[in-house]
Amino acid sequence: MMMQETMVRVKLADYDSLPVGAGQAVTVNGENIVLFRISNGEVKAVENRSPHRKGGTLADALVSGKFIYCPVYDLKISLEDGKVQAPDTGEVKTYHVEVIENEVYITI
Amino acid sequence: MKKKLVMIGNGMAGVRTIEELLKLQPDGYEITIFGDEPHPNYNRIMLSTVLQGDKSIEDIIMNDWEWYKSNGIQLYTGEAVVEIDKQKNQVISDQGRVVDYDELIIATGSSSFILPVPGSDKKGVVGFRDIHDCEMMIKDSEQYKKAAVIGGGLLGLEAARGLLNLGMEVDVIHLMPHLMERQLDETASGMLRKELENQGMNFLLEKQTVEISGEERVTGLRFSDGSEIEADLVVMAVGIRPNVQLAKDSGIYVNRGIVVNDYLETDVPNIYAVGECAEHREIVYGLVAPLYEQGKVLAANLAGIPTNPYEGTICGTQLKVSGCDLFSAGEIGDDEGTKSIKVHNEFDGIYKKIVIRDNRIAGIVLYGDTKDSNRLFRMLTKREDISGMTSVSILETSGCCGGGEAGDVAAMADDELVCGCNGVTKGTIVDAIRTNELTTVDEVGGCTNAGRSCGRCKSLISDILAYTLGDQYDTSAKKAGICGCTTLSKDEIVAEIRSKGLTNVREVMNVLGWSQEEGCSKCRPAINYYLGMINFEGYKDERDSRLVNEKMHANIQKDGTYSVVPRMYGGVTTAADLKKIAEVAEKYDVPLVKLTGGQRIGLFGVNKEDLPAMWEDLGMPSGYAYGKTLRTVKTCVGEKFCRFGTQDSMGLGIELEKKFERLDTPHKVKMGVSACPRNCAESGIKDIGFVGVDGGWEIYIGGNGGTDLRAADLLDTVKTKEEALEITGAYLQYYRETAAYLERTAPWLERMGLEHVKEVLADENMRKQLNDRLDKTLERYNEPWQEAISDNGIKEKYYQVRKVTVE
Repeated sequence: MMMQETMVRVKLADYDSLPVGAGQAVTVNGENIVLFRISNGEVKAVENRSPHRKGGTLADALVSGKFIYCPVYDLKISLEDGKVQAPDTGEVKTYHVEVIENEVYITI
Repeated sequence: MKKKLVMIGNGMAGVRTIEELLKLQPDGYEITIFGDEPHPNYNRIMLSTVLQGDKSIEDIIMNDWEWYKSNGIQLYTGEAVVEIDKQKNQVISDQGRVVDYDELIIATGSSSFILPVPGSDKKGVVGFRDIHDCEMMIKDSEQYKKAAVIGGGLLGLEAARGLLNLGMEVDVIHLMPHLMERQLDETASGMLRKELENQGMNFLLEKQTVEISGEERVTGLRFSDGSEIEADLVVMAVGIRPNVQLAKDSGIYVNRGIVVNDYLETDVPNIYAVGECAEHREIVYGLVAPLYEQGKVLAANLAGIPTNPYEGTICGTQLKVSGCDLFSAGEIGDDEGTKSIKVHNEFDGIYKKIVIRDNRIAGIVLYGDTKDSNRLFRMLTKREDISGMTSVSILETSGCCGGGEAGDVAAMADDELVCGCNGVTKGTIVDAIRTNELTTVDEVGGCTNAGRSCGRCKSLISDILAYTLGDQYDTSAKKAGICGCTTLSKDEIVAEIRSKGLTNVREVMNVLGWSQEEGCSKCRPAINYYLGMINFEGYKDERDSRLVNEKMHANIQKDGTYSVVPRMYGGVTTAADLKKIAEVAEKYDVPLVKLTGGQRIGLFGVNKEDLPAMWEDLGMPSGYAYGKTLRTVKTCVGEKFCRFGTQDSMGLGIELEKKFERLDTPHKVKMGVSACPRNCAESGIKDIGFVGVDGGWEIYIGGNGGTDLRAADLLDTVKTKEEALEITGAYLQYYRETAAYLERTAPWLERMGLEHVKEVLADENMRKQLNDRLDKTLERYNEPWQEAISDNGIKEKYYQVRKVTVE
């Protein structure tokens, strides 16, 4: 029988508690995720792992609009689709985020 | 009511006319421009640099959409005018738009001349004239390999170079026996051919194309001698043809171009023509300089300001292909009435020929060394009598007295042209430099337009800057935007922050038109630094614009952990501090404890969420091992213990470190204090180093022990510690104010020149002012670790990690 993966919606934080301009690292059942509340008010979530082959984390990235710059290797990464911008390559996983009445949920 | 001015064409000559008109009479006209290309005005002569990959299309836009908007110009792009109704004073566009005019400028330019041979309408045959052609060649190069360029003139060779850069094989077909025959004599042309062959071009000379073969798309060329070659792309660069059809259809007198008088008036009242579509005294120009001169005269004419007539232009040309330095102007051939001076140095690949007629320079051909082109071209255009000069003094700038370029500039009269393209004189440039405190070639361009077209005069502008500013001139200041978000240079950004009184990063980016609204990891830290340097009293630092280490006040390591390095002034510690460090290392299970290169103890591999608690337990100030700031002051043990030490190196080191710690600098700064010339603290490779000598200190600056080793230069010798501190303060502040962000002192010093820095620091008044600004800056810093410990907001924002368990 094939295993069926189930998606769950998890509450991560109060929206108000998320700072603008700095990532918040969250571990959900061992999965490392980082949340960014960006300047237009949206919350984005990506896996907390630098796509650079040498590794690293993204929580302390510099945030600019819908992009972040990897703090260790300066890769520019889209928070929309997790893609590393040219001339570099790579990708990180993105998560679906919902904000419902001041509560931030992620589907995992 | 304003008069209505309509211009047909949105190219370089026309828009320059409008620019000149706006300068003379900003509110004189309600202006409408029609351009049939979809772009705003761009620098057509730089298209070859786009094709060659040196610039992007955005880089060559000269007047962006905003320019039209802010000058109240109605611009219709992608829309051609199809009819001029002279009776009703109206133009009608291909979209049926009807616009009235009081004055009408025709600036329709020219098109590539496409040889009327069978097959020239096939796919893959292009001219080289506009952005569309350029884009097409770039696109075709991805799919096809063999290119043929018909035409071995300026444009053809530039196109060929571009196609080579795009990875294509390139054949250049030329009707004549030698390349650029209108600009070069046989010798220079032969040298050029050799160089280009070395670069990979293949030449087919004395070949006349008679047919372009292929079905739908081109596959090859056939020549009059029956021979054939294969080609997937054919670029026609055999000349240009003025766009005159509209004028002709409208009953305006047209010969080869639209015929104009010395005031650019056509034979129809209130209709003018300017640029490549115009024919003046039987000449149609295809170079930018004359077109701009025409624009100036027409603008004055439209503004009703008396002006000298346009009487034609002598043109100088150069090829924009790297490795080929050539310049040509005027007559290049010899006849009975001419004598020429020739220098041919085959060994160095240099050839110079000056054609002289009636004791005046009538023509210039320079190959391999074109540095004298501006001077010779001036002599040519001014018709200078050279009867008293020797051939050596005509050919050489420096002569025996080492006059060089600066001397050359000094000797120039104020009304001499520097930028032929834009008609800018030396006097105008010098005035602009003085009035607007300009310091770079590009700032001069921004103010006067000089150097903004072909760029050939940039070296002369640089000389004029050097001549006008003296030691203040920074010869290597580069005008490269600081990142992809802006085209502004560091100097321009700093100047704008000062002049507009900008106070925060976001404001700088908004006001100065950043392309990425919130900037990037390159510009944000730089702007934050410049703002803090300029607004020295009470600048509110923007932590989120800091590079990660400075944002976190600890060094990030490759696994995402951090390192903690407490301050250890002058490398001196105590047993109590050592114990504390050991206890903290144990408590937090620190995987690595190491002495750093700067005489301190580093704790490596710390989880970020542990940082605030560790700092609290340590109870020591931050060592700034992560900062663009003063890192360490390395000291030897000095006179207190060492039998050789002549000075108290530890004492001075500690005092320096205490005074200047936390100060933001363009890059990290390291100091060293050695008590004697044995130099145990390696003071000779520090940003600033002190060496104790009997009765005082030698001060060395600009050293670097990092990637690019550089021995420091001796700045001064002082007697007291107070003097050492005062000079250090002035030096650091001067570096802070004049360096680019991330420029270390070693390259900065080489750029500024030791003598210049010495002069600045020798000036007592200057030292005082620099120290005053520095002292005020130093007042605004707090101990960052302490701040993080006592501020929950900081702790939560930067150091918190959440854990969520799903049940």
